[in-house]
Parts: sequence; structure tokens; C-alpha cells
Amino acid sequence: MPKYNLNVNNKKFIVEAEAETPLLWILRDSLGLTGTKYGCGEGICGSCTVHIDGKAERSCILSAEDVKNSSITTIEGLGENPDHPIFKTWIDLEVSQCGYCQPGQIMTLAAMLDDKQKHSRKEIDDAMSTVLCRCGTYHRIRKAVAKLVEEGK
Amino acid sequence: MKKGNKQTRREFIKVVSVSGSGLILASYIPFNNAFARIGDDPKIFSPSVFLKIDSNNVVTVIFHRSEMGQGIKTSLPMLIAEELEVDYEKIVIQQADADKKYGSQSTGGSRSIRSTWEPFRVAGATARVMLITTAASKWNVLPENCYAENGFVINKINNEKLSYGDLVEDASKLPVPENVRLKDPKDFKVIGKRIHRVDTPDKIYGKAKFGIDIVIPGMFYAALSRCPAFGGKVKSFDASKVKSLPGVLDVVEISNGVAVIADSTYHAFNGRDELIIDWEMGPNGKTNSEDIRNEMLSHLKSEGAEFENRGDINVVQEDEKQLEAVYEVPFLAHAPMEPMNCVAKFEKGKAELWAPTQNAQNAKSEVAKALGLSEDDVTVHITLMGGAFGRRLVSDFAVEAAEIAKVSGKPVKLTWTRSEDMKGGYYRPPSMHSLKGSVTKEGKPLKFSHYVIAPSITQMRFNKNLTAEKSEINEGTVNLEYQIPNLRITGSLISTHVPISWFRAVYNTQNPFAVESFIDEMAYAAGKDPYLFRKEMLPSDSRLLNVMNVAAEKSGWGKKLPEGRGMGIAISDGYESFCAQVAEVTVAGNRLKIDRYTSVIDCGVVVNPDSVEAQLEGAIGFALSAALKGSITIQNGGTKESNFDDYSILTYDEMPVVDAHYIVNDFKVGGVGEVGIAACAPALCNAIFAATGKRIRRLPIDLI
Repeated sequence: MPKYNLNVNNKKFIVEAEAETPLLWILRDSLGLTGTKYGCGEGICGSCTVHIDGKAERSCILSAEDVKNSSITTIEGLGENPDHPIFKTWIDLEVSQCGYCQPGQIMTLAAMLDDKQKHSRKEIDDAMSTVLCRCGTYHRIRKAVAKLVEEGK
Repeated sequence: MKKGNKQTRREFIKVVSVSGSGLILASYIPFNNAFARIGDDPKIFSPSVFLKIDSNNVVTVIFHRSEMGQGIKTSLPMLIAEELEVDYEKIVIQQADADKKYGSQSTGGSRSIRSTWEPFRVAGATARVMLITTAASKWNVLPENCYAENGFVINKINNEKLSYGDLVEDASKLPVPENVRLKDPKDFKVIGKRIHRVDTPDKIYGKAKFGIDIVIPGMFYAALSRCPAFGGKVKSFDASKVKSLPGVLDVVEISNGVAVIADSTYHAFNGRDELIIDWEMGPNGKTNSEDIRNEMLSHLKSEGAEFENRGDINVVQEDEKQLEAVYEVPFLAHAPMEPMNCVAKFEKGKAELWAPTQNAQNAKSEVAKALGLSEDDVTVHITLMGGAFGRRLVSDFAVEAAEIAKVSGKPVKLTWTRSEDMKGGYYRPPSMHSLKGSVTKEGKPLKFSHYVIAPSITQMRFNKNLTAEKSEINEGTVNLEYQIPNLRITGSLISTHVPISWFRAVYNTQNPFAVESFIDEMAYAAGKDPYLFRKEMLPSDSRLLNVMNVAAEKSGWGKKLPEGRGMGIAISDGYESFCAQVAEVTVAGNRLKIDRYTSVIDCGVVVNPDSVEAQLEGAIGFALSAALKGSITIQNGGTKESNFDDYSILTYDEMPVVDAHYIVNDFKVGGVGEVGIAACAPALCNAIFAATGKRIRRLPIDLI
């Protein structure tokens, strides 16, 4: 089986995996980074969103081969800084309910807000519309987005 | 779901007495006790199964139910903190395993706060009284001269104080008093306060462990292939190819299908997809949704068994305006974001499970039954769960994991693929509703009849002999508060091979849709404003009337709207709570935009206002998925849909603004998880009618 040197949350990992192994399962089963969630396995729901070189991507449809030269950030990596304005806002507004989709919501938003390019509110809303939440926390996510955009975070 | 498992006060006292009497408290160090230190074992005072206070001043509340996003892990301990007089922030909350000593642990029916409202406060108050009694006797003063505050007992005479930790050893020797006095609601310090959720930080940093995240030593990963038709089974299978795939360790047959065990979820899923199985599709292998619908249609010709009868439904009045309509809704999947899964280990005749379950005691007994064990030999740890909505009240996934662990001899985590989850059944049942009514020429309601046709969950799953009039399909049909002089409610049961179960708000996702839509039709037939038409039919002291009035006021009901926009109103009650909603929509051609919902609840005393609002907001999102999109199609005996592309749910951009309000009062505490669901679809369809003149009678909504 091929070996991959993966850069996850600024740490180097050597992982043995078939080239087509989805990044999602490498993160969850091989590296124990279970904050990245399995929801649909087909890139539909967004629960498994991570950052690949700073961009929000679905780890369930990316393979080991796809990300071998990339810098990967998971929710645990973002979570190393609990003072990140997204986390503070999420707690202030008590956005989360069951919490399962929230890493995907937060990673999607973080990529839009951290990106050097200026994203319009419409672009941010379009990105957020690709992450599903069954508890219906969208109302509060939108409040959080509005607050963060306003604060220019 | 209808029958409450309320622990009465008497029962609670019994439990308290049993655990308090003769308990050698110092030796009682529970499993996983975070504060037990070697060489410094704290003394523990535990006057209730829900509460422990130790000599290091650590207060632990045992959370015996399941947290699935509704916030009860945060709000249940508030009830104890209130009466115990401790700082909520310092309480340690410990998840309990399945154990009958807690009474019911089933988390459903909007019952958690309702059923702990008294026992949890009694637990806190009992401990407080015992601690005060202990301190008083140490100081040689009357208990009346002492009070408790912030984890201390204070002597009113000289302001001396002792911490709870200083008192636990002696307090635990006292008999547990009965009939302790509970606080006057006006003195509440914790109940009614916005308390931040205790589980949020871990969830958003990616640290929280849901069922699917659990890993135990030596664990393997399992995936299961089930028969595509409900009621079918394995005829034969060929695992030779699968066994040679990378990472695959074993293939085993269990009662629900064929399981692949591998060294990762990916390898287990891959192996599962490559299995060659010859299925015996069973007696319903050719059944389609249309067959089930046709059975409901055939019942329309009869009139069903009587649920309720008022006045004379056959009365005839000159110039009365008659109307009738048929409403219907399909099967729905719960589709929580976390698919079904369970970790199980079987060793030396004992099973241990880590289960994302709403019904841990049921999982325990079902696993014991399936494995031929005594319940004492089955341990069920309750994990966090990524949504549940009723699906996790059924223990099929736990039984499957336990069987795989037993047959293979390996500890496993069974994870359902999303497709298995979508196709795995226990759906919200479909229903059909025939409504007839009339209004007088003065615009008053004269007659109203509702005939509901649906399968009964209780009949299908537990009691084959149940008749329609004794079944729960009447939920949301009978005892309407509307004062209509002539009313008749009837119902018929159909049977289905498709597994059905409780879905958030159960039959209140169906009946109020038909009733509140048809009441709207009657209002228009009467030439009346739908809000005022309802208002005239409700008693003046009605709590429903009150929430409806508030919803009308907050939403600006009656305001002038441009063409293509409309407002719709609907009301519902249940779970000892009352809810009114106003939907505001814009329709352009067949494009629908839902602008705003106003949702007002009266749930009696509010424990955590933020949780109540969150439940109301979330209920709109959840119920709109059903109203706009949800439909499970039965094809050749099984489910056609397989993922969120063909069973889609509401998205962020489709979510309306939700203006949530609660009524402040001192009425008995009511449930909040489900009551906000029922009015959502009818309010929406009534708004669409107001905007377009098109009446929606079948869900999901199709505007074309």
C-alpha cells in the first residue's frame, strides 16, 4: 500500500492508504481527528468540510492522492485557537443544537472570512447554503454570519 | 409516545429512601468518578440517584436522559441547582448509563423537563434540607435559624458558615425527609435564566464524541448490507471476493443482513458494496407507494370508527355553505445528520455498548433478548447524538452492532452508510384526511368532520389487535378547542409492511396540517379573516387564543401586503404546551420564498429561555423540510431515496427569519421540543393561499 506524507494542522503524518482512500476516513479512522464528520459520503451535506490550502473542501470526496502536497486544516486545527471570533460568536449566540454539522458550518465560514479576497455577503451566503443542518440552526448561523461580517472578522 | 412515564413524587421518594437508607456513602465511588483521588477518597452524600455531593465540594448531577441537541443536558441540572442553592457553573454533569434505577430514560414525547420538573427539584431540596439540618445540629441551633446559599449553609445568628463538603459525611447519616418544601417560583434564581449550553464548546472545537466518534481498544469497523425490501432476508451470499479486499477481516451474517468487518470504515463500506447477496425479497417485494396510497384511498369510501362526536353532524341549515377536501402526507425519514451507528463489544458472556440512543433501556433489553443474555449482562453507555428526532428510540442499530460483535468475536463500530440510513425504515407514516364542514350565512361554523386514515405505530409495532378508536392516530384530531356546534371525528387504520415509528411531533405532523388548513378553508368560505374566524371559535380563557393573539400582534397580522405576498396563521397544542405561528411568504409564479415566521409558545414556566427559543426556531427548519421537500417513496418493497440529493432538506438560504416568543407565566411546565412543529406546515400553506389563491392539500408542497 502506498505511503502518504500528510500535513494536517501543521503536523506531519505518514499514512498508509490506497490512493483513492477518502481524506475523511484517513482523518477519522487513521488520525483520530473525529471532529470532521461523516454525513453523506458524496459531497452533498458539508459535514466533512476541511481546509485544503485555506479553501473549504469536502473531505469525503477528496482522496489521499488529491491532498498529498497540501496543507490540511481540520476543525481541531481551527479549535487550537478558541479565541477565534467564529467560536466566540457561536457561543455568544448559542448557535449549535445537536452540533454534528457545526464543524462543517464553521470550517466553511472560516474559509470565507479568512480568505484574503474580499467575499461579498452573497458569496458567503451561497457557501453556507451548501452545508446542511437537520436541527434547523440556520437562523442563528445567519445571525452569526451577519455579526462576523459586520465586525469584518 | 402518548403514555407518559412520569415519575410521581411518591415513586421518587421511594427511590430516594432506598438509595439514602443504610448507604455506606463513603464507599460508594461510582465508575469513572472524576474526582476520586487515590489516598484522598472524598466522602459522598447521595440522597438521590440523580445527585452526589462530595467532601471536596464537588456537586455532580447525574444526567440520565439523552442529549440530542434539545439542550436538556444543560437544563435538567438547572432544576437541581435551583433548589440545592449551588452555583450552576460549578456543577459536574455526568452522563448515566442505562439503568432502571433512574425511572424512564426514554428521551421523547417532549417529556424530559416535564417528568423531571418535580423529582429533580425535590432531589435538590431534599439534599438542601438535610445539609441545613446537619449544620444546625453542629451549631446547636434550630434549622430555621440557618439557610443555604451558593454551596454553604449559613447560621443566621452569627453568620458562621459551613460548606456543603464539610457537611456531607454527617448529612449522609440522616434519614431522607419526605415532603420537603419547594421554592416559590418568585424566588427562582436559576430557572428562567439564560444558561449557556454545557456541551457547545466541545462540539464547536470538534472535541465532542458522538456515537460515531467512539473508539475502544482493539476495535474494528463494520458495515452492514440489509435486504432492499422490508421484510426480506438473505437467501445466500458470496463473500469470497470481499474477503480478499484490502483491510477486510471477516464477513458474518446476522439477523438483519450481512456484515463486513474491516480495519477502517472505508474498507468496511467498500467491502459492503462488493458483497454478492441473493435476497429473498419477502411477501412485499413488489409493493410500491401507490399501493399503500390506494389502500388509504379505498378507506375514503367508508367513514371509519368514531373518535369524537358533538352535536349532530347531519344537521341541515338553509343557506349553509358546505365544503370538503382531502389532505395527504407521505412517509418521511428522520435523516439525522449522524447516521445510525453503535460500538459494541462481546466478551465472556457480557455485552457492552456505546450507543447514540434516545432509548437506552430499550437498547439494553433488546440486545439482551437478541443475544440471549440477562439484562444485567448488558451495559449501555449513552453517547451524544447528531440529531435523533425519534429515530433513535428504536434500537435496531444497537442490536445489529451487538450481534456482529458476538458472531465475529471482535469489538466493532457499526456505521450505517447514508444510503442505509435513508433506506433503513422506521419512518413517519403516511396519512390521508377527509374533511367536511359548513358555515352559516352569517359566517359562523356549523359543522366540522375529520376522517383520518393512517397506519398506527402502536398497532404495527406492539399490538396487532389495536383498533382505530383506541389507537394514537387521533393525536391532534380530538378535543379541539374550537367551539363548533356539530363535530365528528373518525378514523381508520391501514397496515403497512414499511417499518414506521415516532417522528418529532408524531401524528401532530399530520393531523394539524389537515385541520388547520381546512379551518382556513372554512374561514374563507365564511368570508372571514382566518385569524378572526379562529378567534371567534376559541373560549376567552383559552391559552391557545392567547398565543394566537400574541402571534397576530407580533407578526403585524392584517397589514397591507403587495401582490404575491401573503400571511397564514395556524395553532396547535400538545405536550402541555400551546403554540401559534404566522408565516409570511412571497410567491412569484411557482417560486416560493418564505420570508418570516412568528412563533409564539406558552409552555408554562420557562426553564432555559434560550433553549425554548432555539427549539422554536429549529422546529421551523425541521418542519419546513417536511412541508417543502420530504417524501420517502416505496419501490419494490423498499425505499427509493438514498441520500440528501433525492431526499433533500431545507438549506440555509431557504430558512426564513424566525421571530420566536414565549409567554411568561407560572403555569405547569410544558414540553417544547415538538409543539413548534405542528403549526408550521398549515401556516405556510395558508400563507400560500393568501398570496395566490392556491390551496395546498398534499405535502410536500408542489406549486406547479
